[in-house]
Amino acid sequence: MLETIAFYFLAILTLGCAVRVVTTPYVFHAALYLVGSLLGIAGYFLMLDAEFLSAVQILVYVGGIVVLIIFAVMLTGEPGGRQAESSWTRTLPAFLVSGGIFAALVYLYSQTEFVRQYPVENNSGGYAQAIGEKLLSLGADGFILPFEVVSVLLVAAMVGAIIVAKKEGGK
Amino acid sequence: MLTIHHFLIISAALFSIGIFGLLTRRNAVVVLMSIELILNAASLNFIVLGKFVTPGLVTGKIFAIFIIAIAAAEAAVAMAIIVGIFKYRRTVDVEKITDLKW
Repeated sequence: MLETIAFYFLAILTLGCAVRVVTTPYVFHAALYLVGSLLGIAGYFLMLDAEFLSAVQILVYVGGIVVLIIFAVMLTGEPGGRQAESSWTRTLPAFLVSGGIFAALVYLYSQTEFVRQYPVENNSGGYAQAIGEKLLSLGADGFILPFEVVSVLLVAAMVGAIIVAKKEGGK
Repeated sequence: MLTIHHFLIISAALFSIGIFGLLTRRNAVVVLMSIELILNAASLNFIVLGKFVTPGLVTGKIFAIFIIAIAAAEAAVAMAIIVGIFKYRRTVDVEKITDLKW
């Protein structure tokens, strides 16, 4: 019962804030509504036994990406400024496309039988430990290669971001 | 009783809202926020399927971690590009940035 109440509360928070992100005329408000939506997703992660992911979501998204987005909002025009309105010739097709995607996904989900695979290994040390071991293990089901590739990608992205954003001919 | 379909419909709705924002908004920063919504819908899907279909494995959660890492890299590069474009064009309206349009 409590779980159901939490589910619908998080649904209203997540989807309501997400709708406001894409409809509010103020860019700064959109950034603030994005925080609400991301916190709702973090709540869902908590409900789905992914408490480590929930903490990562809050740290990286709310603490990092949203701050970056707010910096970009501040650097690209007045924060209180309204953005250009979209005409209905753009809004209506977009609504049809996104509604069609939603309907197609719901139809596919209703047709699919999700068979529960029984666990092949048990994580007695908690799953945060299991994630750490899996990420750094070399075996056939280890993820060390993607882990290292993502590390290189992050470094490349940060260096690239600095190069692109710095002053022309800067010192 | 909450089933897997409840959570999948939430993630489908979030994805559709992100697509709607991607198609309607003209400010490049808000377009980027819509992309963040779409990426969040994807990682929610991974977590939901990991919990309900393979409860003993952490593979779904590891994929969600990778999505968050990629999203951070993508947001940093996109912000740098948007700020760079704004320095030259004094606008972030995606309809006015048409230099690459033939």
